[in-house]
Amino acid sequence: MKLTLKIWRQKGPKEKGRFESYQVEANPHMSFLEMLDVLNEELIAKKEEPVTFEHDCREGICGTCSLVINGQPHGPNRGTATCQLHMRHYKDGDIIVIEPYRASAFPVLKDLAVDRSAFDRIMQAGGYISVSTGAPQDGNAIPIEKDQASEAFDAAACIGCGACVAACPNASAMLFVSAKVSHLALLPQGQVEASRRAQAMVRQMDEEGFGMCSNITACEAECPKEISVTNIARLNREYLSSSIKSQIKV
Amino acid sequence: MSFDSNIPPGPLAEKWTRYRGTMNLVAPNNKRRIEIIVVGTGLAGASAAASLGELGYNVKCFTFHDSPRRAHSIAAQGGINAAKNYANDGDSVYRLFYDTIKGGDYRSREANVHRLAEVSRNIIDQAVAQGVPFARDYGGLLDNRSFGGVQVSRTFYARGQTGQQLLLGAYQALSRQISLGSVEMYNRHEMLDLVLVDGKARGIIVRNLLTGELERHAAHCVVLATGGYGNVFYLSTNAMNCNVTAAWRATRRGAYMANPCFTQIHPTCIPQSGDYQSKLTLMSESLRNDGRVWVPKKQEDAKAIREGRKTGNDIPEEDRDYYLERRYPAFGNLVPRDVASRAAKVACDEGLGVAPTGLAVFLDFDDAIMRYGKSKAHSMGLHNPSDAKVRELGEKVVEEKYGNLFEMYEKITGENPYQLPMKIYPAVHYTMGGLWVDYNLETNIPGLFSIGECNFSDHGANRLGASALMQGLADGYFVLPYTIGQFLSNEIRTPKFDPNAQEFLDTEKDTRERLEKMMNVKGGQSVESFHRRLGKIMWDYCGMSRNAEGLKKARTMIQELREEFYKDVFVPGSMNDYNPELEKAHRVADFFELGELMVLDALDRNESCGGHFREEYQTEEGEALRDDEDYTYVSAWEYKGWDEEPVLHKEELVFENVELKTRSYK
Ligand SMILES: Cc1cc2nc3c(=O)[nH]c(=O)nc-3n(C[C@H](O)[C@H](O)[C@H](O)COP(=O)(O)OP(=O)(O)OC[C@H]3O[C@@H](n4cnc5c(N)ncnc54)[C@H](O)[C@@H]3O)c2cc1C
Ligand code: SF4
Ligand code: FES
Repeated sequence: MKLTLKIWRQKGPKEKGRFESYQVEANPHMSFLEMLDVLNEELIAKKEEPVTFEHDCREGICGTCSLVINGQPHGPNRGTATCQLHMRHYKDGDIIVIEPYRASAFPVLKDLAVDRSAFDRIMQAGGYISVSTGAPQDGNAIPIEKDQASEAFDAAACIGCGACVAACPNASAMLFVSAKVSHLALLPQGQVEASRRAQAMVRQMDEEGFGMCSNITACEAECPKEISVTNIARLNREYLSSSIKSQIKV
Repeated sequence: MSFDSNIPPGPLAEKWTRYRGTMNLVAPNNKRRIEIIVVGTGLAGASAAASLGELGYNVKCFTFHDSPRRAHSIAAQGGINAAKNYANDGDSVYRLFYDTIKGGDYRSREANVHRLAEVSRNIIDQAVAQGVPFARDYGGLLDNRSFGGVQVSRTFYARGQTGQQLLLGAYQALSRQISLGSVEMYNRHEMLDLVLVDGKARGIIVRNLLTGELERHAAHCVVLATGGYGNVFYLSTNAMNCNVTAAWRATRRGAYMANPCFTQIHPTCIPQSGDYQSKLTLMSESLRNDGRVWVPKKQEDAKAIREGRKTGNDIPEEDRDYYLERRYPAFGNLVPRDVASRAAKVACDEGLGVAPTGLAVFLDFDDAIMRYGKSKAHSMGLHNPSDAKVRELGEKVVEEKYGNLFEMYEKITGENPYQLPMKIYPAVHYTMGGLWVDYNLETNIPGLFSIGECNFSDHGANRLGASALMQGLADGYFVLPYTIGQFLSNEIRTPKFDPNAQEFLDTEKDTRERLEKMMNVKGGQSVESFHRRLGKIMWDYCGMSRNAEGLKKARTMIQELREEFYKDVFVPGSMNDYNPELEKAHRVADFFELGELMVLDALDRNESCGGHFREEYQTEEGEALRDDEDYTYVSAWEYKGWDEEPVLHKEELVFENVELKTRSYK
């Protein structure tokens, strides 16, 4: 199939970007990123600079790929990262617009690549259980109810891709933060620090310049791991109750 | 340079405990004065950096990824082994040790493997404490499953995302140390060379991938946790950016590369569909717990399936060959990976392959769906349920166990594996070879350590499923933090190293010249095209089966390709910029040199063992034929310089506790 791609090209973080059009011949069995590989090989053959886009595992787990495809982070399919999208979902003659995530906390580095290090700093603020390497108690000394473990897992499945931020009109990072807070708060091991964690992570999120959450839930719709917005409600509860607690302490 | 495995004395089961109890320590106040560089943030690197930071060392940690959490370990699916014996099925440290030695076809070191089995138990406890959401049973306790090559259930798992959850645990521990200031993290920095000062590893040269700037970093010692080199084959299940550069540059500086030809070809991957293909996707080994592998008995049926005139479902039971169950009744579908992969190749070579390319066999869940469905119906009190009901219930159970894998399969192939048997084919997956290390995980260069998939230890000629995660975390959490003290306890008076010293400047200059050389070729072919061609040579001649003639031919072909590369490669963009093509170029350049060494190593080893199958050495039934008399050694290769023959050093393997036997899974 013949496709027209309108791709955002931007030389560097401080340069101005613009859309460029390209024609590419794709095959329905290719993945979306393989289609971009084909384009890049053609550009290289013409001695032009290939399009910079980020990727690594190409199986939907590392969270490196991003892209906003025809206005949707990770493209049209639910629960699918860009790297898992295949060209059989497109047809001959389609025009596809490909842009980077747009959020001030995720500045564009080059073409389609953005800087998501803000997520790392949020994690460093408190996204962990404070246990050092050593000899903790036997794993089975902490029984965890199957459904509870499973709910924690659902939240822990976040791949840190940032699509939730890109999907949100306010560029809020609440889905990402709430997924980590929920994962740990739902487990007995994580409860000790639950309040402090919620406070610290939200504070860092604000410092990084992410927007406010106004319950639009576009994040859930675009999240490749289908992280649920109920996590945001849980974070709000955790945050509120910890705010009250910290006020009492003061 | 020393070449001693430094295995401590004493009976096997007590070596580690005794050694640990008598090792040299570094006092807390001295730890604060010592700097350690850790390259890599996969399971091995992240766990090591976090643990060393906790101990009070000053750690500088590097990754070429944009975040430590994206290391390739994130993609591991199936699980992690540990000798917990929670299933009460007769497992023990000794059994895990024995299975690993046997699975590795008697080409690994007893003492290292036993230590691995011992600490395996601590890993699970550590991970649980960090909040890793392992699968649980209804009693709330940790659940287990089986992997290939063993007859017990000792694999812990977190759905099909075990690597992700374990890596997030390690990443979180690392994040905590970063926030405490004990670890300084350098994302998007790629190590391009190792700096030696007076023969010891004292620093690295890295390239800032965003600005292109070269930087010099110094420390008292260097730890490489940079993963495996499966991408030398171009197509593999590894993430796109996995590469050998860090380990290879260390080899160029004198570190020995051990058993480079030991490559694991994983039997259950989604078959290749076209030339544009960039990577292959693994379908976790856990699927072989329930999936049955088969091909049609008749060539005409296979042909009809290839041409789309029939599907697997059209082939009646009596016309199917469940060849693993037939050939290996004791282990059936759960034979080790090397055995399963070769058997699939044999079936396809006989013209029984079921994909249009001829390269695929079936992995069928129909029996499992019906079996689970019946048992579920029974537990729900349904008597005489219809087949449709049984199937419906069975599909639910299978979905619960493998849902995400089935989904992944459907996304890629567009076929529904609940309805049609999966098509699978072997693909390059893991590299048992790697930097040679002693019992302390130190290479022959003093002060240079190597952990995780990057080293050669523990797995011999074939790795058992769910053992790489175990090894990476064992090395990083529970071994290196102790053994590194053996080296560092002699360095407490060594002042900090100056990154402006001549050795650093010289090494940086070398690196710059190497990159400039590639940039300046300005030829006509892309880096990718060279990588593809190299991969094809490796796969055709140094892949699932090898022979002397092919290997010799491959060596010449690689040398010619390498020359062509330096005459005709085109690297667009500039050196002083974010330039993914340049990154690929220097990685591929190193793959050429490694590839040639792999071929040499395969040529040297005139026997078949584990993943190394030399066609000249097989039994009448086509099983691998080992030669214990002549080849019970680790090949440790010393690089001598461009266009000079590398030198082979042999570490003889001594088996005091296990009797060398022909591996049989029949
Ligand atoms: C698809 C798949 C599924 C798997 N499933 C399982 C499983 O179920 N169970 C199991 O036990 N094993 C499994 N494995 C194997 C296992 O995942 C790996 O062997 C293991 O995770 C390797 O960990 P590592 O820490 O050694 O390296 P990696 O996780 O590969 O990390 C390497 C790190 O080094 C960095 N790095 C590399 N080179 C440089 C450089 N030059 N400069 C700076 N940084 C560098 C990278 O950025 C990265 O951070 C699987 C492997 C694959 C491919
Ligand atoms: S919550 Fe979903 S969209 Fe947001 S970072 Fe995690 S996986 Fe990506
Ligand atoms: S490339 Fe890893 S999630 Fe897409």
